[in-house]
Amino acid sequence: MTAETGGLAPANPGVIAGLTENAHNPLRDPRDRRIPRVAGPCVLVMFGVTGDLARKKLMPAVYDLANRGLLPPGFSLVGYARRDWADEDFAQLTYDAVKEHARTPFRDTVWQQLSEGVRFVQGDFDDDAAFDRLAQTVRDLDAERGTGGNYAFYLSIPPKFFPVVVQQLKRSGLSDPEASGVPAADRGQGVSAHRSWRRVVIEKPFGHDLASAKELNATLDGVFPPESVFRIDHYLGKETVQNILALRFANEMFEPIWNRSYVDHVQISMAEDIGIGGRAGYYDGIGAARDVIQNHLLQLLALTAMEEPVAFDADSLRTEKEKVLSAVRLPADLALGTARGQYAAGWQGGVEVPGYLEEEAIPADSRTETYAALRLGVDTRRWAGVPFYLRAGKRLPRRMTEIAMMFQRAPHLPFAATDTKELGQNALVIRIQPDEGITVRFGSKVPGTAMEVRDVNMDFAYGESFTESSPEAYERLLLDVLIGDPPLFPRQQEVELGWRILDPVEDFWAEHTKPEQYPAGSAGPASADALMARDGRAWRRL
Amino acid sequence: MTIDLTDTNTGAIHDALTQARRRMGGPASGMVLTLIIVTNEEDQYDAVRAAAQAGREHPSRVLAVIPRKPRAESRLDAEIRVGETGPGETVLLRLYGPLAQHADSVVAPLLVPDVPVVTWWPDEVSASPVTAALGAVAQRRVTDAASNDSPKDMLLRLAEAYQPGDTDLSWTRATPWRSLLASTLDQPYPALLGGSVTAEQGNPTADLIAAWLRLRLGVHVICEESSGPGITSVSFQTPEGDIVISRPDGRTATLSWPGRPDRRVALHRRDVPDLVAEELRRLEPDELYGETLAELAHPIELVPANALAGRGDVWIRESGDEGSQASTAEEEAGQA
Repeated sequence: MTAETGGLAPANPGVIAGLTENAHNPLRDPRDRRIPRVAGPCVLVMFGVTGDLARKKLMPAVYDLANRGLLPPGFSLVGYARRDWADEDFAQLTYDAVKEHARTPFRDTVWQQLSEGVRFVQGDFDDDAAFDRLAQTVRDLDAERGTGGNYAFYLSIPPKFFPVVVQQLKRSGLSDPEASGVPAADRGQGVSAHRSWRRVVIEKPFGHDLASAKELNATLDGVFPPESVFRIDHYLGKETVQNILALRFANEMFEPIWNRSYVDHVQISMAEDIGIGGRAGYYDGIGAARDVIQNHLLQLLALTAMEEPVAFDADSLRTEKEKVLSAVRLPADLALGTARGQYAAGWQGGVEVPGYLEEEAIPADSRTETYAALRLGVDTRRWAGVPFYLRAGKRLPRRMTEIAMMFQRAPHLPFAATDTKELGQNALVIRIQPDEGITVRFGSKVPGTAMEVRDVNMDFAYGESFTESSPEAYERLLLDVLIGDPPLFPRQQEVELGWRILDPVEDFWAEHTKPEQYPAGSAGPASADALMARDGRAWRRL
Repeated sequence: MTIDLTDTNTGAIHDALTQARRRMGGPASGMVLTLIIVTNEEDQYDAVRAAAQAGREHPSRVLAVIPRKPRAESRLDAEIRVGETGPGETVLLRLYGPLAQHADSVVAPLLVPDVPVVTWWPDEVSASPVTAALGAVAQRRVTDAASNDSPKDMLLRLAEAYQPGDTDLSWTRATPWRSLLASTLDQPYPALLGGSVTAEQGNPTADLIAAWLRLRLGVHVICEESSGPGITSVSFQTPEGDIVISRPDGRTATLSWPGRPDRRVALHRRDVPDLVAEELRRLEPDELYGETLAELAHPIELVPANALAGRGDVWIRESGDEGSQASTAEEEAGQA
């Protein structure tokens, strides 16, 4: 992998950049790779500013974008929450969050300039007066700071509040670009064609089954047109995930073997070493499959298995992902093709930790799984007969996410059987996190007089070949929202396809099984190992 | 670890590098390029430091070529630094006597295989990078006109010798300004009648920005002097008044647009490590730089726009053959 492969260097549009440049801007030139994409004038309105996500990811991302010169002059940030705060209190919270979590060095001038545009509006989600104040605040910002009537609403709040917030946005006129308080003359001097925009950003979970996902979509649909809804799956903002596309479609040496003729099976794993932590209220009743398999792991599967998109624009990319997701097939016998577990008390990483049922606020008879494994098929010419094994779990030995392409064994080995005893399957492993990179495993002769072949690894590590500070997923995604560049955001259709795959499994589990206990710090329940053993395979070591 | 080798050869340097790497416990994986720095004893410290900082983004083998005493007998001294400043390796090569004339023979065996080569002249700028010693071996040749006593003349000489792969740090310094200017015109904007760039005296970046704007917008863009620091403002004349981006303090810029509130944005001057890191980010030829240099050296002539002739101060680029309708104003613009 050379430097050229990457539209992956930092200040750079990235591999899947869309064409968002104003076609009439004579200062922009596709050959001009130095000038980054910069968001136009806008206000970011954040709901749920006191949450972990806002403090640890979103606010630092806003600062990092400003520090990299990717936010427009006059950019403003409005927080909305129940707390009885003044603008300064919110600015202080933002300041602390930035100081602690920002990726790029802290610069006073950048912060000064950013903090001039920080506002806070206090209110409940069903408070008409507060939303009217919010509407007034952003209109004032348009007048004071020239934000042009362009607003992005980031709903960093539990989904149950979506309907009321979305309705409030509608009622107060905030969601309607036509009802903007900005007189047409101020939006673009002498140019009438300029329209201001509204965008809404939502985070997973996008429902907990197909019906609820549709319901959630319906609440947004009446208020925001589909192209204005940005669903964040932060996995898609990760450089390594975008690199799957570069690896497959920018190179010649991988795609020819990327099919059933050479691939034996694929393992997609997401292991976490932590338990449920403070998320008990959310997690119980949801479980590992709904929490991460329905979104992150199926997205990884889609990117791994999909055909080449005709272009890297949002439509082509989503079309291919939807095609492959619609070809995903569940095992005929769900009892044999799936496994689920629940962590029991044990030792994880040298610390004694409680079991799931002993966690605070978890009912003692909870049947929520903290580990889930599935065997999926992909019914296409390329993948017929190649199983995709997905697993996700908590309180496993270590934190890691990876996609492993396991290749078939050589059809004939012209060596004595004893010579190749230690030779395993060739593998290509895409490490998503941590230690982002790619490993290729193949057999090599052991130095010595005898012909002995053993597995060796060839390694590409992002940290070594590229910057030590590649942008955070949220930086990339937030910028894409403000620019209005949709390729990295799943459409409702993808969300629904995910639930179509998972719903029968969840139904089966609810009716027939109880999660099997596995000790914290182990590699998962025995039934998951049995699932693989039945196919004559084994999970990669975590 | 630092290894000093006196009166040595490239084979010994190579062995020492391999050994040092083994002792540090890591293979030479992930190096993305070889960066040759052509410098002198006085300036090497800053240049190597900047390269090492940029090396955090682009792990590379840095070869600093430092000529010493031209009258001495030929001798090669090497100072190898591994694992001290970042992920890459640094080798300071001191070339005594006639050897300095054959630096390429020292550098060639030390290039990392399979990855691009970049040559950087931080101070002594060669007017023709591609024919200069150690220029031909590189895909990318980085000069810095600002280090010259008369930067504008230097740019003009670089323009004459331009070859794809050439680039100059004074162009790199323009990126934040160009980015801000481009994003300013992402919004609908009124007709642009002309422009000006204000900077402290002898600022080659200002010349390049003016040439770039002239090239892209097809209007007169003049350079004016201010007391700095660096570039202090860029403005566009429009029928509705001037659109001005001013940065009097070298830190925060203010965008003033007629009939709209002023908007402020951070716009920093950048240090050399940042510039080098940007320069190493993409190694394909920078065509825009080539075109901008050409425009600076040989401005395309502008003719009065017939449709707007009433205004008298409006110029557009002529589509036909150049030069047939030259006027004094155009010639002035060419020298601005």
